[in-house]
Amino acid sequence: MSAAAASVNGSDDVAIVGAGLHPFGRHEGVSGLEMAAIAARAALADAGLSWEDVQFAAGGSDAAGNADTSVSVLGLTGIPFINVKNGCATGGSALTTAHAMIVAGEADVAVVVGFDKHPPGAFNALPEEWGIGSWYGETGLMLTTQFFAMKIQRYMELHGISNETLARVAAKAFVNGSRNENAWRRRPLSVEEILDSRMVNDPLTQFMFCSPGEGAAALVLARGGRAREIASDPVYLRSVAFRTRKFGSFEVYSPSIPVEDGTPPTAEAARAAFEGAGIGPEDVDVAQLQDTESGAELMHLAETGFCADGEQEQLIAEGATEITGRLPVNTDGGCLANGEPIGASGLRQVVEVVRQLRGRAGERQVPGEPKVGFTHVYGAPGVSACTVLSR
Amino acid sequence: MEAIADGLFTETADGPRLIGSRCRQCGTVTFPRQSSCARCTSTDVEEHLLARRGDLWSWTVQRFRPKTPPYVGGPETDEFEPYGVGYVELPGECRVESLLSVADPEALRIGMAMELTLLPARRADGSEAVTFGFRPLAEGEQ
Repeated sequence: MSAAAASVNGSDDVAIVGAGLHPFGRHEGVSGLEMAAIAARAALADAGLSWEDVQFAAGGSDAAGNADTSVSVLGLTGIPFINVKNGCATGGSALTTAHAMIVAGEADVAVVVGFDKHPPGAFNALPEEWGIGSWYGETGLMLTTQFFAMKIQRYMELHGISNETLARVAAKAFVNGSRNENAWRRRPLSVEEILDSRMVNDPLTQFMFCSPGEGAAALVLARGGRAREIASDPVYLRSVAFRTRKFGSFEVYSPSIPVEDGTPPTAEAARAAFEGAGIGPEDVDVAQLQDTESGAELMHLAETGFCADGEQEQLIAEGATEITGRLPVNTDGGCLANGEPIGASGLRQVVEVVRQLRGRAGERQVPGEPKVGFTHVYGAPGVSACTVLSR
Repeated sequence: MEAIADGLFTETADGPRLIGSRCRQCGTVTFPRQSSCARCTSTDVEEHLLARRGDLWSWTVQRFRPKTPPYVGGPETDEFEPYGVGYVELPGECRVESLLSVADPEALRIGMAMELTLLPARRADGSEAVTFGFRPLAEGEQ
């Protein structure tokens, strides 16, 4: 699955030569598809290309329409455009597809775009669409928030994570978000404010959760041989890996799980991405990890291989995951500060890493010229996509 | 009172039991019952009534009213009553996600003994029904 480039700069390498966003948040009167077109144009402008240069596209949303219909505003050039609808892995799946098409020789220049537009409040997925009886939703079990709460509740008990650490993760997200002009939640919150906010699903309070929102993100990919002709500072997509759940992992929307523990899809995807890139977690200078709530960022730090279970308590206390720490995580404020437009989230992470590796992240730039980045998304019903990027 | 759905649980002389399935090839137990095994992919599975008692594996309290649909609950004009949710590990079988009879975080802890019970529920058409849930066992009951 993870097609990787062992060398960099070879003709088979895949580089990101343009990245663009439509700001995240609430945008009344702007459709998801319009946001997608705005993000795609921004990415193309960043690359110095036009839509006519694009030979392949992939993209999608969870709830805001078919990505390929954006060609009616981008231009009817007749290129193959694959719609992707894959929950939280929509962006990662679109990127996987475009990467594979370039590696396969089907295109030299490709665009991926992810976007979404969700109403306020928790997601209300319907059990019938997830292979579960309607009783599961009727009785109040069909909630992603419950899953994340129960996963971190047990994790805290087993590995000694405190409520303060949960709050510190959220506080970091809002500080980073305050330095990001495209973020939704831009007001820093103190650890106390986060701990004292309304309890939503014990042990998680209101400000420890991200909110479904709106936004779009897009990337322009090019074959390695052409990348330097297009961009002076391409970022290489060293690997992209996408996995679904294996037997025994604890996943969203599970009426039962086995007594035998299995490897989560996050761990499988991260391992495949690192192996494919020939790069390890110790080499990463900046990472974006799915933080739909603050416990998720903590658990994903361990599942992706950046620390051992339980080490997070110390890491967070030391500020290791802050922008000035030794492993900056979610430098753009993550899902907590940006909200979660499902289709856009995974690509937003890649856009942020690209900006960091090019040294163009402004007020939130990681110091010391970061060279290697990592991204991770996770979602229902047990999917994960990870990338490794380098200059 | 009618069950919220057919095939989820049954009444026995010992009380309610959840209806799961067991793989005849590898012994894996799942709930609700399904026609194949997620572990070994076999389709040779049989109905299996789950144990009534287990330990609380994890829990939370649902403190906001879930959206309708899919949630039914009481009339939307009523004040929302938070409810407990947890996974109960039935030894050697599986961990079942379930409503809990209590919603007080002080009364819930991982590892505590739980027993299957029936709780009131409501169908989409407004009619009353029962669903399954787990309740903490008092010390004298264990």
